[in-house]
Amino acid sequence: MIAAQLPALQVVVPLLGAPLCLLARKGNTAWALTLAISAVALLVATLLLGQVLAQGSVAYAFGGWAAPWGIEYRLDAVNAIVLLIVTGISTVVLLFAKTSVAHEIRPEQQVLFYTSWLLCLTGLLGITITGDAFNLFVFLEISSLSSYVLISLGSDRRALTAAYQYLIMGTIGATFILIGIGLLYMVTGTLNMADLAGRLPELTASRTVRTAFAFLTVGIGLKLALFPLHLWLPNAYAYAPSVVTAFLAATATKVAIYMLLRFMFSVFGAGFSFGAMPLPTLLVLLGAAAVLSASTVAIFQHNIKRMLAYSSVAQIGYMVLGMSLASSAGLTAAVLHLFNHALMKGGLFLALGCIAWRLGSVRLGDLAGLGYRMPWTMAAFVAGGLSLIGLPLTAGFISKWYLVLAALEQGWWPVVIVVVAGSLLAVVYIWRVIETAYFRDRGEPAPPVQEAPLSMLLPTWLLVGANVYFGIYTDLSVGVAGQAARVLLGTAP
Amino acid sequence: MSAAGLYNYWIVILLMMAGFYVVISSGNLVKKIVGLNLFQASVFILYISMGKVAGGSAPILREGVTQFSNPLPHVLILTAIVVGVATTALGLALVVRIREAYGTAEEDEIHQQDESL
Amino acid sequence: MRDNPVLRVVTKITLPLIFLFALYVQFHGDFGPGGGFQAGVIFAAGFILYGLVFGTEALRAAVPAAVLRLGIALGLMLYAGVGVVTLGLGGEYLAYGTLAHTAAHGQHLGIFLVELGVGVTVAAVMVAVFLAFAGRADP
Repeated sequence: MIAAQLPALQVVVPLLGAPLCLLARKGNTAWALTLAISAVALLVATLLLGQVLAQGSVAYAFGGWAAPWGIEYRLDAVNAIVLLIVTGISTVVLLFAKTSVAHEIRPEQQVLFYTSWLLCLTGLLGITITGDAFNLFVFLEISSLSSYVLISLGSDRRALTAAYQYLIMGTIGATFILIGIGLLYMVTGTLNMADLAGRLPELTASRTVRTAFAFLTVGIGLKLALFPLHLWLPNAYAYAPSVVTAFLAATATKVAIYMLLRFMFSVFGAGFSFGAMPLPTLLVLLGAAAVLSASTVAIFQHNIKRMLAYSSVAQIGYMVLGMSLASSAGLTAAVLHLFNHALMKGGLFLALGCIAWRLGSVRLGDLAGLGYRMPWTMAAFVAGGLSLIGLPLTAGFISKWYLVLAALEQGWWPVVIVVVAGSLLAVVYIWRVIETAYFRDRGEPAPPVQEAPLSMLLPTWLLVGANVYFGIYTDLSVGVAGQAARVLLGTAP
Repeated sequence: MSAAGLYNYWIVILLMMAGFYVVISSGNLVKKIVGLNLFQASVFILYISMGKVAGGSAPILREGVTQFSNPLPHVLILTAIVVGVATTALGLALVVRIREAYGTAEEDEIHQQDESL
Repeated sequence: MRDNPVLRVVTKITLPLIFLFALYVQFHGDFGPGGGFQAGVIFAAGFILYGLVFGTEALRAAVPAAVLRLGIALGLMLYAGVGVVTLGLGGEYLAYGTLAHTAAHGQHLGIFLVELGVGVTVAAVMVAVFLAFAGRADP
């Protein structure tokens, strides 16, 4: 009986956990409660993935009201994998968070920090699982507002301006999405995504539908940090607390990619999105621009968190390139990269969190000689960096391989060149860090530094290890990504 | 429909562009939030004016009334208004903290203080 | 402002009326404009008026921070809890029909409880936001 209610529980458990967490007195109690709830959410997501792989798709009608009049939660291979990513990353980062948060956030703010974390988790899970367009907007705002709070709790005062800038841009993006949903409601009279997909095909000539498409693309593009709407991301990731950067970098943009995939393919349909509207050209140009320009800017950064943030913009460019190919191979590559990038960036930002905890700084110059004093942390960083570049035996290689294959299948040579160029640029900025950490002597008056504690190293290596594991045993990730691509293109239930 | 009959959409466009312009061009952080509110208000008017049924009354069950306006946009906009209020409150709280940290609420001066680092 | 006798007396006369109106709006959402959010804001407006006229210290004495925190948490838990109860009674989440002997009564009860939760949380949040802003000393 519980099995039938799992979709509701996925969102309800963190939602109930947030006010419970608010009543806690001490930071450690709040942390324990948040970790427990995140672990339960991870369990529910795993069970749901099992259900989806067994029976194809799962639907749940809230309040007993059948769709399309009621709000319906709909799961298929695409969102089941995203649910797993969000809950998995949240749980692993929370294992890391106890020491890191105690160090970076004031004691009186820690309870509110964990409450906001649970609300952000609720929002992200709700966006992923819902089958109703307006419900998606509501959860989008829940997750956005709580992430503004999480980012503003950073210790540097620039965290406040970064959170403010993200608030302004994020609210404009969400309002654009609201306008798009409103225009769709105006022409079809329904908010349920499956019902919209049924009614839109005969209405595609109307200008209202095209305007709705444009508003939705720009709004989701803002949330996605698609070039050139990415200006909020470097500051927000650089000045937020370490665990917040790790969590948001690995989840928030992935959920936004999921939103774009859902609207472009499931609601509007691939024929309209890629045939009638100039989406392929737009996505290829913007994706390529993101990869090349963001990787180049990353090379010149002194703050390593900022450098990895620009690298994230570039990786989102890869996912968008995969999406623009609109073929089974291209979508498999995009979903695969979504999964692998979450592991990569999660591990990299956790490694940086260890460095920030020990050194108190993440500037490139301060990392001199760190390879010998914090060997495990820097080894994790190197492994994550190799995955970012796309070396064989890492997960990053698999997704870039599929992307190149998909581009060659359609004969789009410039895309292949962009992917290779992006990897070469990644080599440059990862090498800067490796060179400073391993080949440069630290000046004498620096304080003695030891390795990070085990409670921080284990989660970091868990994510980095998963990177290498999924680079070698690719069947599970490629299989689910392929299934997701088939669902999006409408060739599977 | 004639252009004059679509006057509600013209109002929506006017408010939307005015709000968007204020957000982009204003240097003061509080004014940006005011612009954001204008922008969101235009969206509310878009939804509610589209829900009106010609000859329909307010969507509350009463005797003797057979035609009602669509209640769904009203519900959606209630939610959106709450979201807007929460965003405004959060934005203003951030502005208060920024003013305490930087001494000013003007964007250029904050930028200057950050650049000089 | 508490030295001004007119303000003091008028506030003390209007505060009960404000709270009464807030309760009216809370429970008449079925029949007219109303419901949890509007009622919560009106309720909070009464408290804020008190704080404006008699000072934030008096408001803090009337509504301590612990009460506000409890209010915020309890309202949301009431809303989510109603859904959990319906899950336990065999329906889906928030299937109000299972709450009472007939579906219509269940719907009434469910909406009543849910709106009450919303009203409590919104009132507590609004007062908390006011106190957070008003309590900061101007540098």
